[in-house]
Amino acid sequence: MSDLSHREPPRREPSPHKVSRRKLITTGLAAAAGVAGLGAATRIAQRYGLIPPDHGGIYGLGETLTYASQRLLTRHSLAREFSRSQISKPPFANEVEPPSDEFKRLQAGGFADWRLSINGMVARPATFSIDQLKSYPSHSQITMLQCEEGWSYIAEWIGVPLSHVLDVVGVLPQARYVVYFSIEPDTWESIDMADALHPQTFLTYGMNGDALPVGHGGPLRLRLPRQVGYKSVKFITHLTVTDSLKGFGKGLGSAAPEFGYAWYAGI
Amino acid sequence: MPDVFTPWYDSRVSDSACLPSVASAVPTATARSRHSALVRVTHWITTLCFVALLVTGIEIVISHPRFYWGETGNDLTPTLFKLPIPASRHLVPTGYGYVLPDQNGWSRYLHFQAAWVVILTGLLYVIFGLVSGHFRRNLLPAKAELSWRTCFRSIADHLRFQRPSAAEAWSYNALQRLSYLFVIFVLFPLVIWTGLAMSPAFVSAFPATVNVLGGQQSARTLHFFVSLALVVFLLVHVIMIVLAGFWSRMRAMITGRAGTMERT
Repeated sequence: MSDLSHREPPRREPSPHKVSRRKLITTGLAAAAGVAGLGAATRIAQRYGLIPPDHGGIYGLGETLTYASQRLLTRHSLAREFSRSQISKPPFANEVEPPSDEFKRLQAGGFADWRLSINGMVARPATFSIDQLKSYPSHSQITMLQCEEGWSYIAEWIGVPLSHVLDVVGVLPQARYVVYFSIEPDTWESIDMADALHPQTFLTYGMNGDALPVGHGGPLRLRLPRQVGYKSVKFITHLTVTDSLKGFGKGLGSAAPEFGYAWYAGI
Repeated sequence: MPDVFTPWYDSRVSDSACLPSVASAVPTATARSRHSALVRVTHWITTLCFVALLVTGIEIVISHPRFYWGETGNDLTPTLFKLPIPASRHLVPTGYGYVLPDQNGWSRYLHFQAAWVVILTGLLYVIFGLVSGHFRRNLLPAKAELSWRTCFRSIADHLRFQRPSAAEAWSYNALQRLSYLFVIFVLFPLVIWTGLAMSPAFVSAFPATVNVLGGQQSARTLHFFVSLALVVFLLVHVIMIVLAGFWSRMRAMITGRAGTMERT
């Protein structure tokens, strides 16, 4: 060691006592600033709706970072639209559960008795038939549906923007989420108002110039092209507008997190 | 000398590291650390994240082990290639009579969480590397080292699984430097880019990121190949560490201490 000290250039080293005090103060201040910063960041994030309902648990950090940055970057961006020649022929229909007796009855009647009810934080709760929905201005989009498994297809989706129907029922200003339910048991999802009011979020009743096939969720499917397929729930019968997801299922926002999948699926 | 007095990165660490003769003038390993604390911490966080990303990436891929080129692809369209493995979803025509357990839910959660951590860690590392001169000093090969002959000799040594020389405990050879630079500045940015190009929400804001790759399925296929390249790097990296002396290299990357250099 003495050999080493010869080689070392002379250094003025502060006394250990002084450093440890300075270190203590800096560490203390940094920790306090960190905690205060984190607290403030959480409050700001809550205020601006940047925290997803499934933010708890070990994957909460990643989910919150993804959802918050998507909300800051993509609030108004439009999903890519394709040309008619890019439409997949035929579009791949993922598996659906065997239809219930009630579904078969409605199908036998040409879905004339299919109803979509909307309640919750709306001024005028209402119930709509498919024909009533078709009486509103019809819109179409040629967008991609991609499944979390990895496959995808492009189709023309025809329907009425959800925002139009929400205007009809009069959404109250404190609304933060739209929860939507399928006729299939335990199949429900929710989206925030940014996605609910997005111009490409459709209540879809048609596909590729025709009625929406049952295999693709006909007669009524909620379609949102900026999230992967499982958010585009088939066979929609009911919507609830709410300011909190606490009262729905386990309070994680949708059935997906209860099965271990993320609530926000824009990735 | 207690660690408290050492700056978080030590400029003495590697200034001399390129030159074995100077390096050997340092008689004991305690005088300096082989890898700065920030390099060591970011290295192991990246290692953890890479393992998580690899395992969950495999889990996600087996739910649809078919690859396509262009915008779309599914069970009804021709593939670019198929992995000869069973799938974790029963609709996929794999030719196997059984379906693997489906682990997509937590795999997706963990894949994206690990991606966040590795990107933030990588950003910290790159900023540190530029500011501290780590890249310039430790990773940029010297002009003299870049001759074809040196590189070929280095490649030949690797192919013959030649044990690295003692000097390489304190410095990287040219091939090593080039591979690390390639991984840091080509493969990692590419794997992040192709990953983001698969996100429907991200590409709605930045459509060019997927359009220039030729489509969403092309991005998925490229993501697979870049990941494969990273796995190949990992394998070679681990083999070289085993050849060079597993415990001494592990110690250098964990504690910062490299083995005592012999005087020349």
